[in-house]
Amino acid sequence: MTTPVKDPQARVERPDESLWKRLTRQQLFIPVAALALLVLFNLIADPSFFAVSMKENSLGNPVLSGNIISVLDNASELVILAIGMTLVTASSGGQDISVGATMAIAGSVILRMVCGSQVTADTMQMNLILAVLIGIAATMCFGAFNGALVAYFNIQPMVATLIMYTAGRSIAAWINNNQLPIINDLSFKYAGTFLPGIPVPTPIFITALVILIFWLVLKFTTLGLYTQAVGINPSSSRLNGLDPKLIKLLTYVILGVCVAVAGFIRVSRSGSINYSRIAENIEMDAILAVALGGNALSGGKFNIYGSILGAYVIQFLTTTLYKYEVPSTALPAYKAVVVILLVVLSAPVVREKLSRVKKAPVKAAKEVS
Amino acid sequence: MPKGIAVDKQKRLKAHAAMSDTDLLLTITIVVFFLLYLSAVFFLGGSFTKPQNFLNILNNNASLIVLSCGMSIVMITGGIDISVGAVTCLVCMTSAVNLERQGGNILTVILIGLGIGLAFGVVQGFLVAHLGIQPFIISLAGMFFAKGMTTIVSKEPVRVTNEGFLAVKDARITVPGLGAPNKLGVYIPAYVEVGVIVALVVVVLLFCMLRWTKLGRAFYAVGGNNQSANMLGINVRRTKFLAHVLCSVLAGLGGILYFLHVGSGDVANGAGDEMNAIASSIIGGTLLTGGVGNVVGTFFGVLSLNTIKRIVSSLGFDEAWWSNITVAAMLCLFLVIQSIVLLRKNKK
Repeated sequence: MTTPVKDPQARVERPDESLWKRLTRQQLFIPVAALALLVLFNLIADPSFFAVSMKENSLGNPVLSGNIISVLDNASELVILAIGMTLVTASSGGQDISVGATMAIAGSVILRMVCGSQVTADTMQMNLILAVLIGIAATMCFGAFNGALVAYFNIQPMVATLIMYTAGRSIAAWINNNQLPIINDLSFKYAGTFLPGIPVPTPIFITALVILIFWLVLKFTTLGLYTQAVGINPSSSRLNGLDPKLIKLLTYVILGVCVAVAGFIRVSRSGSINYSRIAENIEMDAILAVALGGNALSGGKFNIYGSILGAYVIQFLTTTLYKYEVPSTALPAYKAVVVILLVVLSAPVVREKLSRVKKAPVKAAKEVS
Repeated sequence: MPKGIAVDKQKRLKAHAAMSDTDLLLTITIVVFFLLYLSAVFFLGGSFTKPQNFLNILNNNASLIVLSCGMSIVMITGGIDISVGAVTCLVCMTSAVNLERQGGNILTVILIGLGIGLAFGVVQGFLVAHLGIQPFIISLAGMFFAKGMTTIVSKEPVRVTNEGFLAVKDARITVPGLGAPNKLGVYIPAYVEVGVIVALVVVVLLFCMLRWTKLGRAFYAVGGNNQSANMLGINVRRTKFLAHVLCSVLAGLGGILYFLHVGSGDVANGAGDEMNAIASSIIGGTLLTGGVGNVVGTFFGVLSLNTIKRIVSSLGFDEAWWSNITVAAMLCLFLVIQSIVLLRKNKK
């Protein structure tokens, strides 16, 4: 089945074009180029950036360490969020800015479950899988709330999710009566650190699993096709027998699941939570990952692998900035500059102007002849 | 009389009889505010019965009033600006550092505030209006940039000891006839701070601008329908650009007022004010879809929002998180009301 959503213009072969032009038209060009630039910069500035070594962690287990491992490890939450965010962006043409706050809720719920009624628990009071499932259910509800506001009340996504953005961290604090639960059970931290005997951080495996699941879902179900159809034109997709409202709602619920998984990884890194700081500013990074992946922020066509790559590029950038001792509080300013540059370069007006500048000499030459 | 004119007249009469969206939403807001405040006075009593309590809402929120008015103007043109809270914070911190470490005075503070606002406004306005980038993304980036810059200016809180500044900060303007005797029977006059006067002047000026000037009407036209505004001969891009510039300059002014109220620079200044400003505008009857709104409504929106906060805290829910949850709940309620009003109107 050929997808009606693909722009026919983009598929046209242009044999007279140079290889460079064909490359730049590729959607993955931007993230790959950005990654290549960063790698090149680090290679020239300090090749030891890429060194990977075996070290003993605090428990005495040999584990891999190095900047590359830390990029892959720390990007996990972002990658998982970016996947959900891509679907939401594609279907509703807007972004969910409450993901950081709902991650706090997910973490709070999971900690409350495993700690039972205690504030500091030494052993888990509940089966971990059950606790995570309850966390997922909670964030699915919040996702459904956001989705309902967007789909059924026609509120712009970013404004609808502003509600949870404001209230989320407060709700997370309220769930635990504003106490800061701490769990000292080592097995709780497996998901955020290392499984015994395995030198690779567990979040990398979880991320790989999530990517695999989404790959299978997109390959074997119509979710991707329907999401794009709704994003491109809700009324014509309705005429074709889809329910655009339900599909929008569904994408927000799926993002809810992603948020819970990301929140679980984040709390299991430390076994504790700080409501106002956990996953702070991650919504910005997630939106940036989607944009970097070459996806239109106004919805429609999407490429989930672009977003995943975008997320890794952002983490690479963050790690590089940290390496050059940029204080973490000043980081947003640098990232904001990158965001602005990116959106300016991808703005249709600028693209048109740039292409006109390139074409101008050719035209002039033709006129002369 | 030709038939056409009669029909035309009838139509016009009908249009007059039916309330415009702006007036309807404005009325809802004012009624909600008075109901809230009167019920607080009757059922809670206590400090709510004192006029000074009401004036304190103004004193504490002079900066928010100015921010929200700017936000309303951008929202009327169909955009949004979430960088205002962070700009407030940046202005506070820069002003504090300027006063304490560089020997500045009130005049330089005003210049810094308006300058920072203007710079943010010009950049954001250009990117939104001329490059057609979504205002939310741009102002999100602006917000992060301002936040980051604030910590680059100074991470530590800066307390101001400049005497000229403190004199303005502590100036009290008594409101005649509203004072009340305290427990010892000494008459305490009711007062407002300098910032409140500035905020009220801004509200009145903006109200006149929106209602009677060409630019003001252009804001509504652009927000209502981009294309028909264009056909009417309005320069859509320029109008949008000016709306963003105005909003950011007002954010700079709001920053000065905030600084005047708290008297120190801190990275936590103005945290969440973009949210409060959006909530106030929405409660005040500004539609997110553009074309509908009123700064008087926004003014009452700010008052309603803070009355609710005071009611919640005087009911015993003192913790900070309750205030956030209340704001969110109120925002949600008004968003849903708006959406229902719009959906019903579209059906007709």
